[in-house]
Amino acid sequence: MSEKASSSTGVGARIPRRELKRLLSGHGRYIDDIALPRMLHACFVRSPHPHAKIASVDVAAARGAPGVAVVFTAADINPKCEPFVGVALHRPGHRSAPQRLLAEERAVWQGQPVAVVVAESRAEAEDATELVAIEWKPLPAVGDQLQAIAPGAPVIHAELGDNIAFDFSLEKGAPATAFADADIVIEEELRFERQMAMTLETRGLIADFNPAEGSLTVIHAHQSPFQMQEVFSRHLKIPEHKIRVIAPDIGGGFGMKLNLYADEIATVVASMLLGRPVKFCADRLESFVSDSQARDHRIKCRIALNKTGEITAMEMDDISAVGAYGMPLRFNVAEGMMAITLAGAPYKFENYKGRTRSVYVNKNLIGMYRGVGMPLACVATELLTDLAAEKLGLDTVEFKRRNYWPKASLPCVTPGGQKLQNVSFHECLEKLVRLMDYDALRKEQAQLRARGVYRGIGIATFCEQTAYGPPYYGPSGASISTQDGCTLRLEPSGAVRCITSLTDQGQGTLTSVAQIVADSVGVSIEQVSVAGGDSAISPYGGGAWASRGTAIGGEAALRAGLMLKQNILALASAVTQTPADALSIADGEVINTRSGQAVISLADVGRIGYFRQDTLPADFDVQLSVSASFVANDKMYYMANGVQGSYVEVDCETGFTTMLGQWAVDDCGRVINPLLVDEQVRGGIVQGIGAALFEECIFSDDANLLNGTMADYLVPMAAEMPDIVLDHVETPEPSTRLGAKGIGEGGLIGAMGSVWVAVNDALKPLGAKVRHQPFTPERILDALARRE
Amino acid sequence: MTDLLGEDELAIEATLNGKPLKRRVKARQHLADFLREELQLTGTHLGCEYGICGACTVMIDGRVARGCLTLAAQISGKSVDTIEGLTESGKLARLQREFIARNAAQCGFCSSGMLLTAYELVRSGRSISRAEIRDFISGNMCRCTGYHAIVDAVEAVIAKNAEKGG
Repeated sequence: MSEKASSSTGVGARIPRRELKRLLSGHGRYIDDIALPRMLHACFVRSPHPHAKIASVDVAAARGAPGVAVVFTAADINPKCEPFVGVALHRPGHRSAPQRLLAEERAVWQGQPVAVVVAESRAEAEDATELVAIEWKPLPAVGDQLQAIAPGAPVIHAELGDNIAFDFSLEKGAPATAFADADIVIEEELRFERQMAMTLETRGLIADFNPAEGSLTVIHAHQSPFQMQEVFSRHLKIPEHKIRVIAPDIGGGFGMKLNLYADEIATVVASMLLGRPVKFCADRLESFVSDSQARDHRIKCRIALNKTGEITAMEMDDISAVGAYGMPLRFNVAEGMMAITLAGAPYKFENYKGRTRSVYVNKNLIGMYRGVGMPLACVATELLTDLAAEKLGLDTVEFKRRNYWPKASLPCVTPGGQKLQNVSFHECLEKLVRLMDYDALRKEQAQLRARGVYRGIGIATFCEQTAYGPPYYGPSGASISTQDGCTLRLEPSGAVRCITSLTDQGQGTLTSVAQIVADSVGVSIEQVSVAGGDSAISPYGGGAWASRGTAIGGEAALRAGLMLKQNILALASAVTQTPADALSIADGEVINTRSGQAVISLADVGRIGYFRQDTLPADFDVQLSVSASFVANDKMYYMANGVQGSYVEVDCETGFTTMLGQWAVDDCGRVINPLLVDEQVRGGIVQGIGAALFEECIFSDDANLLNGTMADYLVPMAAEMPDIVLDHVETPEPSTRLGAKGIGEGGLIGAMGSVWVAVNDALKPLGAKVRHQPFTPERILDALARRE
Repeated sequence: MTDLLGEDELAIEATLNGKPLKRRVKARQHLADFLREELQLTGTHLGCEYGICGACTVMIDGRVARGCLTLAAQISGKSVDTIEGLTESGKLARLQREFIARNAAQCGFCSSGMLLTAYELVRSGRSISRAEIRDFISGNMCRCTGYHAIVDAVEAVIAKNAEKGG
């Protein structure tokens, strides 16, 4: 159960975000709101072909267009940047062709940047891009992973010999025997179409290279300023300490704004060549063809059970189409690896086989997007176990009760290699069953079925790896830091200024940090200001990704808060002649814990500490500014978990699915701010529903994108979405003082699973099965037509 | 308007956030770009530039409209209100308070448009259901919140307005 908030504004309290007043009054400062003196605007010329030779590029007409400062081609930009090879060093056999910023002899995906116009305004730059004349010679394109590995398929990168980026298998126990001996085997083939984060604000940056100093400042709508500082330094050969990356207000990230983009780095090079600030903000069509994409998997999966209802084995065979190059740093193997290592994780069984292949195709690059491969693992696992329950004549919840890891087995390592220790599948399931009134819904479902109304209930259990530690990226060679840090300074007024390495794209992490600082120092939250996302002023840190901000950066803030408190008390002790261990801080005053009396205000501590050190003992060391970092050296992740439930109705005439309700019980450890946590879960859930029912990048057979607008890529709008009811279990992370795990991705992971199961549950009496996401009305009607 | 065909710039006179506006505008420039680039009113955002996402929502003559589907020249003779003006006048105060209390905004990028659309709804004084609220705001895309908290906030304002007699 949640701890009582230590104050009405401290850890555990439902505190609204302070920055919302500014954002809701039109005073956000997003990248496209910012202008620097002498700033120019970049617009990229992009390949209209998925695969084509570039015979010639003629920029003469574009150069002369109104407002144009310069037009750069590959010959200008590429030599300034070390090529990228998006390969994880600790994954033997992982391969990628090197990627240069602009396409040179060939474009390998539709949307790949080829040239860049830099002009006085974006509008003039756009006009001029139409004047760049490129002679294209289209080549055969591969769009599909099965096509790409078929014999005789065009090989995208000749030096690789074939289109396989990575092929990895793992095996535990004796799966072949277990499947052979099983009483029940259920096998399914699942298909997941390409999807996108579709942040409302597109990508952008302002690169400002100062030739007099050789220094680079980048205002970057990016989730990890330190990652980009390091990338710019290493690839553009600028000393790292001369680079500053600042994240402004960001209109949504969801992992998409974590990746590396050739067009963004090319913009930096343009600034270096021009010695002036250059802004690049993608428009929505560019977003469709150049934002990193996600999913695009075909998964064969199966489960083996004995007739007494125990799972004896599972198998996953995943093949994913990862685009034309390996994504640098945020590797393209991640979705597949997570899918096969997390499949089956909540359930007790011993025998497992998993295989994942990442395959190159002539499409845009796959990168990080909320949940990564975990939603796929959840879908496969929960669909198979639901079908298993049906086969056994067991209620699906009862099946889960019997097959989850019993508490007594923990800690354990799952056959896929997941370390489970402080997880709470059973508690979450029982809480969910009561929350959604499961039994009543089943009764209603049965009654309505008798009248030809097809409703479905889907329960989905998930594990979520959160807050990765050094063992995750360290061996891969990627310079991605999994630490975060916090500097705290007591102001002369007695207020506390906090500078964190964390970034915030709307999650509210900065408010959580303020709560933690307020609590640990002993002041009210109104006395704490928080700044973040600036690589020049905060300790080094990872930023926002993998549901880590509050867990890691919050722990650093807690440490810093306790350090500052200690130093404040030391000064107060010297001034008041009271032993430090008899002092504490409450409501902005130093108090004597024995008498409860205030002995000195923080404002007086600040005044003396900064201006009247002459009144202190000669050997007293004033330290009213402290810094602390936190990282768990040996921890791969903190494992969070949850269970979600969906209630849907499928109209068998139209194929439309209506979401009647969604419930979620999540365990993210200690909840720092329930208001922010709940809304993160809700937002993720709607993305999961969108993934299951609506969202799809539609390509022709030869890899041309057919739906490059938001009229035909269907992001959930309010009318289609249900009310979402939430509850929590709190199993604190024992290895940290804060006890928080991550929460950012669980919503999507569980909802994708619960909607898959619910829609199929609705169709069970009709013998129809949908296995191809998104479950468009067309696919549901096809499933009904095919019914067995 | 035939004498204006082929002109690169046009003179307009309008009312913007309650004050007179007299400017020459580029014929090709849409209203959202005009507000953002020429007047530095960057609270109106761009998400798609073809009318789907609602991030560019402004009010023209008291009704919500897409800033990206309106040419700057088309506001001549009209009255335009943006998030900045409606905040300053206090007209959005109740909605903003309820949004903040419920975390009905995360990244904030949809919020300008969402607030203006919600304002048109609550100003009508009608008592409406959650489903109708959802329907009304379905021209404003939010990728962060999942809409539930936004619907709660709008519902709360409608209820409070009804209590206070509108």
